[in-house]
Amino acid sequence: MNPPADSGAVVLRATGIVQSFLGTAVLHGVDLELRKGEVHGLVGENGAGKSTLMKVLAGVHQPDHGSLELDGEPIAFTSPLQAQRAGIATVYQEFTLLVDRTIAENIWLGREPRRGPLVDRARMLRDTRELLETIGVPDLDPSLPVRQLSVAEQQVVEIAKAVSLDATVISMDEPTAALADHEVALLARIIAGLTDRGIAILYVSHRLREVFDLCTTITVLKDGALVGTWPAEELDERTLVRQMVGRELSAFFPDATPGTEPGEPMLELEGAGNDFVDDVSLTVRAGEIVGIAGLQGAGRTELLHGIFGADPFSRGTMRVAGRRFRPRSPRHAVRAGLALITEDRKTQGLSLNLTVLQNALGVVRAVFPSRTRAARDAMPSALAELELVARGLDQEVQFLSGGNQQKVVLARWLAVAPGVVLLDEPTRGIDVGAKFGVYEVMRRLAASGVAILMVSSELPEVLGMSDRILVMRDGRLAGELPSTSSEEDVLALATGADEEAAA
Amino acid sequence: MTAITGTRPVRRTRISTTAIVYIVLLGAIALSAVLVAAAGKSFFSAGTLTSVLTLMSILGFVAIGQTLVIISGSLDLSVPYVVSTASIVGAGIMAQGAAGIVPGVAAALLVSAAIGAVNGLIVTKLRVHGFIATLGVGLIISGWLGTSFQGSFGSAPAEFRLLGATTIAGVPLSTIIMLVCAGLAALLLHRTSLGLHIYAVGGNAHVARLSGVRTHVPVVVSHILCSMLAGLAGLLLLARTSVGSPTIGSQGGYDLMSIAAVVLGGTLLAGGSGGVLGTIGGVAIFAVLDHTMGVLEVNPFFKDFLRGAVIIVAVALYAWRSVQRRPPRFHGKGKEA
Amino acid sequence: MSALAQQSPWQRFVAALGTPSGAVFVLLVVLLIAASIANPRFAEPDQLVRFLARTAPIAIAAIGQFFVIVSGEFDLSMGAVIAAQVVIAGNIIGQDEAMILPGIALMLLVGVMVGLLNGVLTTFAKVPSFIVTLGMMLALYGFVRFLTGGAATGNPVDSFREIGRGLLGDVLPYSVIILVVLAVAAWLLMRSPFGHTLLAVGDNAVAARLSGTRTAGVKISAFVLSSLAATVAGILLVGYAGVHPSIGTGYEFQAITAVVLGGAVLGGGRGWVLSAAAGAIALELLFTVLNQVGTDSTWRPSVQGIIIILAVALGAVAWRTARRPPSVSRTDAARDPDPIPTPTPTPGEQ
Repeated sequence: MNPPADSGAVVLRATGIVQSFLGTAVLHGVDLELRKGEVHGLVGENGAGKSTLMKVLAGVHQPDHGSLELDGEPIAFTSPLQAQRAGIATVYQEFTLLVDRTIAENIWLGREPRRGPLVDRARMLRDTRELLETIGVPDLDPSLPVRQLSVAEQQVVEIAKAVSLDATVISMDEPTAALADHEVALLARIIAGLTDRGIAILYVSHRLREVFDLCTTITVLKDGALVGTWPAEELDERTLVRQMVGRELSAFFPDATPGTEPGEPMLELEGAGNDFVDDVSLTVRAGEIVGIAGLQGAGRTELLHGIFGADPFSRGTMRVAGRRFRPRSPRHAVRAGLALITEDRKTQGLSLNLTVLQNALGVVRAVFPSRTRAARDAMPSALAELELVARGLDQEVQFLSGGNQQKVVLARWLAVAPGVVLLDEPTRGIDVGAKFGVYEVMRRLAASGVAILMVSSELPEVLGMSDRILVMRDGRLAGELPSTSSEEDVLALATGADEEAAA
Repeated sequence: MTAITGTRPVRRTRISTTAIVYIVLLGAIALSAVLVAAAGKSFFSAGTLTSVLTLMSILGFVAIGQTLVIISGSLDLSVPYVVSTASIVGAGIMAQGAAGIVPGVAAALLVSAAIGAVNGLIVTKLRVHGFIATLGVGLIISGWLGTSFQGSFGSAPAEFRLLGATTIAGVPLSTIIMLVCAGLAALLLHRTSLGLHIYAVGGNAHVARLSGVRTHVPVVVSHILCSMLAGLAGLLLLARTSVGSPTIGSQGGYDLMSIAAVVLGGTLLAGGSGGVLGTIGGVAIFAVLDHTMGVLEVNPFFKDFLRGAVIIVAVALYAWRSVQRRPPRFHGKGKEA
Repeated sequence: MSALAQQSPWQRFVAALGTPSGAVFVLLVVLLIAASIANPRFAEPDQLVRFLARTAPIAIAAIGQFFVIVSGEFDLSMGAVIAAQVVIAGNIIGQDEAMILPGIALMLLVGVMVGLLNGVLTTFAKVPSFIVTLGMMLALYGFVRFLTGGAATGNPVDSFREIGRGLLGDVLPYSVIILVVLAVAAWLLMRSPFGHTLLAVGDNAVAARLSGTRTAGVKISAFVLSSLAATVAGILLVGYAGVHPSIGTGYEFQAITAVVLGGAVLGGGRGWVLSAAAGAIALELLFTVLNQVGTDSTWRPSVQGIIIILAVALGAVAWRTARRPPSVSRTDAARDPDPIPTPTPTPGEQ
């Protein structure tokens, strides 16, 4: 185990990969070498380009520049299927399994073993059983439907499928994000088995402790560029974190409006929990901006959805403006003066086929129809103040840029004058100018006495905008940090790398 | 079962949907026996078996085809018109006598297959949902039927009529053919690549494509097979009635009844799961209820009302069973850390 | 800010005609001209009014179906509701003038109940509306056959039938007045907060819920509106055709065809209510024209079939191209007319 990184032959070599979307480079000439039998950790902050690089290798994206070599032969993929057939398998966070089909059927889909015109089911089951044995999970029954499997078991099926394809390279995107500890141990065992067979693993993760536990080599990306590649034993967690952070500020953060002072508590939670978060206690005061940091899957979005009544809390108490209130539904929450700007504008925020005006008036019309006329009259100037760029109020929002879509989302909530605003990744996927606009709106709201709770994966944003920072880990609050903290402090608390840092 | 994850989810112990269908069927039989006995008649007799099996045969053919189409993620509303067309085409050619039987059957099935191919191609190539595509094709055929044929057309020779009249040990020949077709369809679905791909495409076309499945083929083939099975149903009706009829399919309401039987049989309307066995159970439930209500001389109001109610309750039950939620990370109340 | 300038009314009018929901009005005019050429008498006002009176029931049904379709569902029970209402009218009102108002009240109540049941089963029991309304259709047709024994029975008093066939001042049929009033009401409803919320639910139910919309309530209302429209269509049809259990047969599919021809997208979120009514009228007009040129009326279903397939196949594509900003041609760029590009993060980055 753990052979020196340079002992294995290079299986896959990516050289000078440049990948742009809409004319903006997301990867600026990244190099990566994967060797036989190594577990290669790929780390970096959100937006560093990890997933993009993985998708280039998987044939999902075709890079603008740069080359790929597999076993020394130059290759270029035009589809994920091609990459798969060439031996590069990818296990995504979103599984590509048919939930109503059995494990065996999923693994051999499109390549079913046959005897004559018929599928050889016996052989399919036998092969699957062997396959599961080789990767170390002989207990999993190949005839179980995937629907009945836990997340960890589904992941095992994905890995087995990759092995069955004779993959020489398997990429895994945040494989442990949804796993419990003993499941992580199982994954580690499986990965060790794969490397013994000479398979190279590309392991994308935020959880640094796991990266150190599993990986022999670690590559760090920052802002789409390669920081460096090191043998794991040459690094420790602190050094690694230092390599990852310290990126240039992608935006300038406006200062708090003079005179903004924390006032009365607007939102209070005590021991609140539901199926996804547990024992959360926090207070957000009028005029305060509280940031929530944490890894993917730490339960940040779930916390906001709990507060907003989309997944109502089942225990604990919640107060809004000092009065006990536990919303049963988003509508209930909106009526009490809460607003939620969702993480995903396209699937959870906007009606893409409707116009700017229809979307901007969406909340008013749905919840306070009697205020529609006033809101409508005020909307053009409200949108102008947000510096919305659109062809007109009757342009469909699907044709707007991300930043302008977000301005429409903000406008629809500002129109109901909420007292507590929950923001989930408020600047995801929007340009620098629009980001600044969002920050200004947040400052303005705070100055007017609104309490703001902001979830963000962008550490500079959390540090630059928040008065206080709450860090979540595994569905619970891991601690609170002042706004003067460093990115390293936040990351350490979020990853559990530094337990004593917990407040 | 050993656990990778430590705890087995409770839902693993749940009985399968198909089992529920047959439990419901047993319940329906028991209820019928009680009701029929209460009315002073006998339920358990050879006559009942023959009657129920006869009632099953026609709807059975159509429902088997509908099962394939629904699993593939589509829907077929054109079946009644295919049934009528097959009966007309068959009767037209068979009018010349026994020599016309083979060409008549062949022509009827060919025309049916062609209609199915058109359905499948509209669904896959024009990307029109099966509901609309087959509704449209059905309407087009019904216009042709209504324009070209008034009243009955052609005739079936005596040899062909035997098909509708023969029973073997109390089991109608037509039902035997239907059950053979069901067996073949089950074989197709479970033991051929094509069948597995029908499930795959209906379950998640994107995943199927990523696995290298050609996603259009299973949809088109299931539409063709569905239409051919509807064509068989038409030929069988021709054997029973001895003349071709342009309205025999729509009178039977086979479009909606077949969908109802499929859904009752536990196949999800959204596609990707289910099977022929469940569908046959669904068809049998309808046949038992029909037979019993016939014996009890129940008003048609109640018959149709019951059908409607059965469909809605069954789907509500299945929908409730299959509600998808993320597994909770935390359980219980008042857990303090 | 200049970027938010409204288009001129004329520009908006022309742009609107380019969408499927606008194009149906162009089709309507073309068919009207065609019908007038084939039969010059058709263009005379009294003939036109009579034509409109004849199409009023299906146009009203289409308006009702529109609400359901635009919310992302189907209502297949419409024809059965019409049949049931017609039979109720025949049996409850009968020859007793005094029963007209109670009879109408009962019919409206039945309409509301059917819609409520459809909606509740769809939203709370999570049964696909296709199945719910199909079950409702079977149950209602059973009910109708129970009451009638399958034959024409009961004949409501003439003064009730006047609603469907009578004329105001010997000129204007009541049915046309009712159609116009309902069309205006539907138009106003679609412009009200409810209408916009209905569109939002059909477009993106998750987003609508997270915006505080009672999505279930909105969908249930759509089903109630649909059943009520079928009820009114039934009241009008009694006047025309008398009481027969087969009277509403096929209305649900004809209404869906009309709605689709009117440019509404199945699955919800797009469409204009008046275009649905126009779609119904255009469909009838097309049948009239085909009749005038000597096509057998038995071809009606075929024509309807071709139209529904074409309308759906072309509709979805046409909406996109029609609403796309004109100056940008490339697909990628069309989604992002903003001059500032989007630097972070990549589409797949989490």
